[in-house]
Amino acid sequence: MTETSSPLKYLGQPIERIEDATLLRGAAAYTDDIPVPVGTLHAAILRSPHAHAEITSIDVAAAEKQPGVHAVLTGQDIKELTEPFLIVLRVPLDQWSLAVDRVRFVGEAVAVVIADDRYLAEDALDHIEVKYNPIEAIIGTMDAAQEDAVLVHPAAGTNVVSRRDFSYGEPEKAFAEADRIIENTIDYPRNSQTPLEGFVVVANYLPGEESYDILSNFQGPFTVHPVMSKALRCKGSQLRMRSPAYSGGGFGVKQAIFPYVVLMCVASRKVGRPIKWVEDRLEHLTAAIAAPNRVIEAKAAVMNDGKIIGLHFEQWDDYGAYLRPPMPGPLYRQHGIMTGAYDVPNMTIINNLVMTNKTPSGMVRGFGGPQIYYGLERLIHTIAVELGLDPLDVIKKNLIPADAFPYRAAAGALIGSGDYQQALEISENEGKLAELKKHRDDMRAEGKLYGIGYAAVVEPAQSNMGYLSTINTVEERKKAGPKGGNVAIATVNIDPLGTVSVTADSIPQGQGHATVLAQIVADEMGLTPEDIIVNMERDTQRDPWSIATGNYSSRFSSSTVVSAQMAAKRVRAKLADIAAQTLNVPAEDVEFAGGQVFAKGNPENTLRFSRVAGTTHWSPGELPADMAPGITETATWSPPELEPPNDKDQINTSLTYGFVFDICGLEVDKVTGEVRIDKYVTMHDSGNILNPLLADGQVYGAFGWGLGIALSEEFVYSEDGSFLSGTFADYLCPTAPEVPEPQILHMVTPEPFTPLGAKGIGEGNVMSTPVCVANAVSDAIGIRDLQLPLSPSKLMSLIDDDEPAAPKSIADAKPATSKPKSGRGLSGSGQAIVPVPPTEVWDTLLDPVKLAAVIPGCHELDLVGENSYTADISIGVGAVKGRFQAHVKLSDLHPPDSVILGGGMTGPLGSSSGGGRVTLTAVDGGTRVDYDYEVEITGKVAAIGGRMLDGASRVLVDQFFKRLIAQIEGGDANAGDAAGSWWSRLLKFLGAG
Amino acid sequence: MPQLNQETKHKINFTLNGKAVSGYTEPRTLLSDFLRQEMALMGVHVSCEHGVCGSCTVQIDGKAVRSCLTFAVQVEGRAVDTVESLADENGELSDLQIAFRKHHGLQCGYCTPGILMSVEAFLEINPKPNEDEIREMLSGHICRCTGYTGMVKAIQDVVETR
Amino acid sequence: MKPNNFNYVRAESVDHVLSCLAEHGENARILAGGQSLIAMMNFRLVEPAYLIDISGLDELKEIKTNGNSVEISAAVTQAKVIAAADVNEHLSLLVDALPNVGHFQTRAKGTFCGSIAHSDPSSEQPLCFAILGGEAVLKSNRGERVLAASEFQTGMLATAREDDELLTSVRLPKQNPSAGHAFEEITRRQGDFAIVAIAVIADGENIRIGVGGVAGKPEVRDWDGLADSDIDDALNALAWELGDNEDIHASAKYRRQMVRRVGRRVIEEARKCRS
Repeated sequence: MTETSSPLKYLGQPIERIEDATLLRGAAAYTDDIPVPVGTLHAAILRSPHAHAEITSIDVAAAEKQPGVHAVLTGQDIKELTEPFLIVLRVPLDQWSLAVDRVRFVGEAVAVVIADDRYLAEDALDHIEVKYNPIEAIIGTMDAAQEDAVLVHPAAGTNVVSRRDFSYGEPEKAFAEADRIIENTIDYPRNSQTPLEGFVVVANYLPGEESYDILSNFQGPFTVHPVMSKALRCKGSQLRMRSPAYSGGGFGVKQAIFPYVVLMCVASRKVGRPIKWVEDRLEHLTAAIAAPNRVIEAKAAVMNDGKIIGLHFEQWDDYGAYLRPPMPGPLYRQHGIMTGAYDVPNMTIINNLVMTNKTPSGMVRGFGGPQIYYGLERLIHTIAVELGLDPLDVIKKNLIPADAFPYRAAAGALIGSGDYQQALEISENEGKLAELKKHRDDMRAEGKLYGIGYAAVVEPAQSNMGYLSTINTVEERKKAGPKGGNVAIATVNIDPLGTVSVTADSIPQGQGHATVLAQIVADEMGLTPEDIIVNMERDTQRDPWSIATGNYSSRFSSSTVVSAQMAAKRVRAKLADIAAQTLNVPAEDVEFAGGQVFAKGNPENTLRFSRVAGTTHWSPGELPADMAPGITETATWSPPELEPPNDKDQINTSLTYGFVFDICGLEVDKVTGEVRIDKYVTMHDSGNILNPLLADGQVYGAFGWGLGIALSEEFVYSEDGSFLSGTFADYLCPTAPEVPEPQILHMVTPEPFTPLGAKGIGEGNVMSTPVCVANAVSDAIGIRDLQLPLSPSKLMSLIDDDEPAAPKSIADAKPATSKPKSGRGLSGSGQAIVPVPPTEVWDTLLDPVKLAAVIPGCHELDLVGENSYTADISIGVGAVKGRFQAHVKLSDLHPPDSVILGGGMTGPLGSSSGGGRVTLTAVDGGTRVDYDYEVEITGKVAAIGGRMLDGASRVLVDQFFKRLIAQIEGGDANAGDAAGSWWSRLLKFLGAG
Repeated sequence: MPQLNQETKHKINFTLNGKAVSGYTEPRTLLSDFLRQEMALMGVHVSCEHGVCGSCTVQIDGKAVRSCLTFAVQVEGRAVDTVESLADENGELSDLQIAFRKHHGLQCGYCTPGILMSVEAFLEINPKPNEDEIREMLSGHICRCTGYTGMVKAIQDVVETR
Repeated sequence: MKPNNFNYVRAESVDHVLSCLAEHGENARILAGGQSLIAMMNFRLVEPAYLIDISGLDELKEIKTNGNSVEISAAVTQAKVIAAADVNEHLSLLVDALPNVGHFQTRAKGTFCGSIAHSDPSSEQPLCFAILGGEAVLKSNRGERVLAASEFQTGMLATAREDDELLTSVRLPKQNPSAGHAFEEITRRQGDFAIVAIAVIADGENIRIGVGGVAGKPEVRDWDGLADSDIDDALNALAWELGDNEDIHASAKYRRQMVRRVGRRVIEEARKCRS
């Protein structure tokens, strides 16, 4: 067969998407839209309100009796039927799909209810009784890295479960010879691009085959498939994973569905019915995933002219409570390219992998890049400030020279092409940098806080499947065998009427892969994209797949498209051979265009495309000798450049390396601390662009999320482990008014290591925009240490932290409220005068009957120990209906002067614990009651009510004491909450113990 | 029948995409769930269920509202329109839908039906909005894919040509 | 995130509502626009046994001008308030403030009175209600009572409404046409709840300032004849008086700073608008 090709007609053009006609009608079938087997039941998951606790008991009896409930599963069921998930390290960090014995983050799945519908399943959740024994939670990454820290996994013996150091070139020498050593430490927050469609799993256990049929919006990588089948104790072939053609956004995140796939498989097996689970938003924000937060201590060995001769990065990457495959990918995905766009031959990298009591980390767009470039590009900016240079000059001084490509970076990346100097030049000219600088001068002259930031980023794409093995030592790798490559697979098929269909292994999440594949195949076949049917579903029992299958690491443009083009070329060659017989010309002279197959130079000598294709179906006997019948070709491709890590720990982590250069001009409002993006220029060298409309779409989208990272998005935890960002009113995704249109520029240096010459484009701005904005803010306000996201409140504390003191009258009126707060632990104090002597107050506190009357909704206190009580409290007042189990304990008794009142509550809405000292002082006319308190609130109410927790808990504590006083005075204990709203009533219960 | 008891399905009659329809629902069923599960309108997308993201936006009596913050029983006697109503009777896409495709105003498409329904209701009230007004209206929707640029251009395009 | 069961009552008249409230009291909730209530129900923070839907009651969809006040009934949406001629003529503060309430899509259903009844400290409407010196009209089978905003708003999400009462309308006195007013709020994003919201009415030498988003409820102060040089001190005292609540969006100190700084700006703007 002879490979030929037509001039490209569609590839490279801004073709409108073939997906859109379906999507715009609302007719696209997302996973939740696809019909399920008759008899499918629905799951709802009970989740931990605690960041860290032992599970002492779970009672599901009442839940099982609820209407429509078929079963309730707990960790014990899971432990019996599954294995813990495999992880990349040989460290005991066992995780199952439901918590076993211990919960390690707020939102961890503890039990699952299977019922006739989701409403009924949720009803039953409230009837599961879980008793927890809370353990101190460890939240701060650097706190967790301390030797005496509370252990997230005691069996591991440490929270730093992996530490490796790497040395490339001669870093010690560089640091010894440098004029200056300039340092910058960053602390990148936890965030996620939070796709709008949550996880959806439909699991069906097929007893005849002992297999599982799964429909889900899993997006790959299929490295996780063996993890799931091993957990389920089944063969790979017994776990059929089907993904639909449409997905409501992925951004990597949907990879983290896999524990739920296993959970629903077990549930289906237990119940004997298909099970469907649809993740809701609270579940997603609380428990799905986050990009790892990371601390980087970055140091540069620099000469006085700004030349960097060595780099030193020590990283602490925080994976939360469990190390879920393919974690710790973000720590190693960019390992080969840690020097970024710069020609720095000497580098030290120390990687620490830290466990904490937060939601497990996972795949999120950018995958380590936003963290690294926040460290590297802030360091570049800091070098410029320290040396009194323009940051742009420092960047230029260190860029990889244009004539150095292909360039092998110190840690092993092989960058095929680029001209970074030219990219900067175009950006400066087209982006009108001179005007922007003048504008900055003018604004500053007016007293405005105006800054310009830059970021230079190398954007990797198509990951080396062996990069994660860099975490293991050379010896360990030798033992395990080499890992590398990244297999791409696509199939082109033609039906008897000549319709071309394409399938491929990318599992798109909205990028428009079907359109690009149609463009490629249409060009090869001389057809139009509309003639091509592209089906992006993937089924592991019917479609070819590899561990690399899936949508991640921007692998489509440099990888999947290659296999599609290969398959199309093979089909074309076959068609050419068939047509050559009839056209009576050599196969290499057969051309394809306009739905015709014809002789080169003689278009009259022609056949209909469909006729030629039909031959393979209708009359295989007519085919040329030795030609296989049928017309379907599957091509696979893996680039040879993706070699396993070598003995020097060098690794070419990705196949292609694009370049992004951003310029940002912004103003920080002096009055409010708000950031106003004034101008944003983003230059991309993504190699050959397959579809400019879609390429720009990727840039706009990544920029939008990059702004979110920079300015508003963060999963916030209190120090005690409460999760506080459980709604879209707390986790702040930018909306249209917050995202200006950036100016997009392009240049092209074709990628030599992939046949179509395309590099990735979807992740660059996620890496460049957060740090570019931060650099601009730093330039505007002249402050080095910035903590993302750059909220007005934080920026104001940097710009102008002074404030006038409280007037004396106010300061005197509130004596002790100035106590510094720790995290979101809520604290306060107050005072009241009671017209009875201290002994009478004391008696009230010590009398269980009277104390019960003070605690709202409490009818009776059960004595469980000395001065220690429990109570079942049902809130039956106001709008709130909730049940709580409370315990109350009086300690450190100094009758009748002071006592510590402590306790906690647990119920479906969350848990609280708290306490405070009550001090009684005899004064004229009675007793002065002084109290201070600290309350920790965790669980659902903290996740969704964060905006009001502080104020509301003050209200409730105040009301507790009002009731106390009312009780002592013999009045109506309910007087204190006549005006109680659902909030104050609720929080009173949560905190008043 | 002023009181509809819980745990019981009640008949509701309303107009859906121009046609008189009826269906059965419990009081607590959200309109978003009802339209999807009982009326098989899968263009109604559910994402946050607390009124912030806008994915589930439909029109009730011509106003763009959250179907996750509406109970199905509330649409008795009302007119509900969903994204499925936008293409014409021959299945041809509307000018707004065509503009979204032209300007690449959608990627995964999950937020898109809600946005289209908002835009149509908005343009009824304000047929010639400027960019700031368009963006303010769009602030009732979260799109995670596009950075909003394409959809703003698509809406501007329609505003100019209608 | 699915709501718990409830019995749904499609109200046929105000009297019907009142009899339901009398019967079910604290077990019932009024559903007007539902833009806060249904979200809370979806989270199961609120689980009423009875939900009384007043959104179909035409008698509660009126905006009327009576003498010196404009009366907005319980089922009037925010969108309708913004568009109403009476409001545009007499309550231009609302016209400035209400576009900041949620979004186009939530204002189409969310009601003005519902927000007043919900009494979220960060919402714009309770702030406007307070600074305009409005009155809440509460009806029950026991009769009608009219409470001043300062009596009605008792704390964070708390009002003086009794369980059997319906907030049938809110009366807002017409703004003095010669007075100037201004409104500004700080939010993280367009349409979010205010971190700090400030409204000022400058009437002659009197400055009336209202602050939302900081304390448990909107706080209003009247500063009569305050010298320009004393405004900053007054704002500082106010900033400190409002307490030190903070949340994940802003520190207590930031809120104080905004009361001082934005407060100054809004006062100046309001004074400029005086005629």
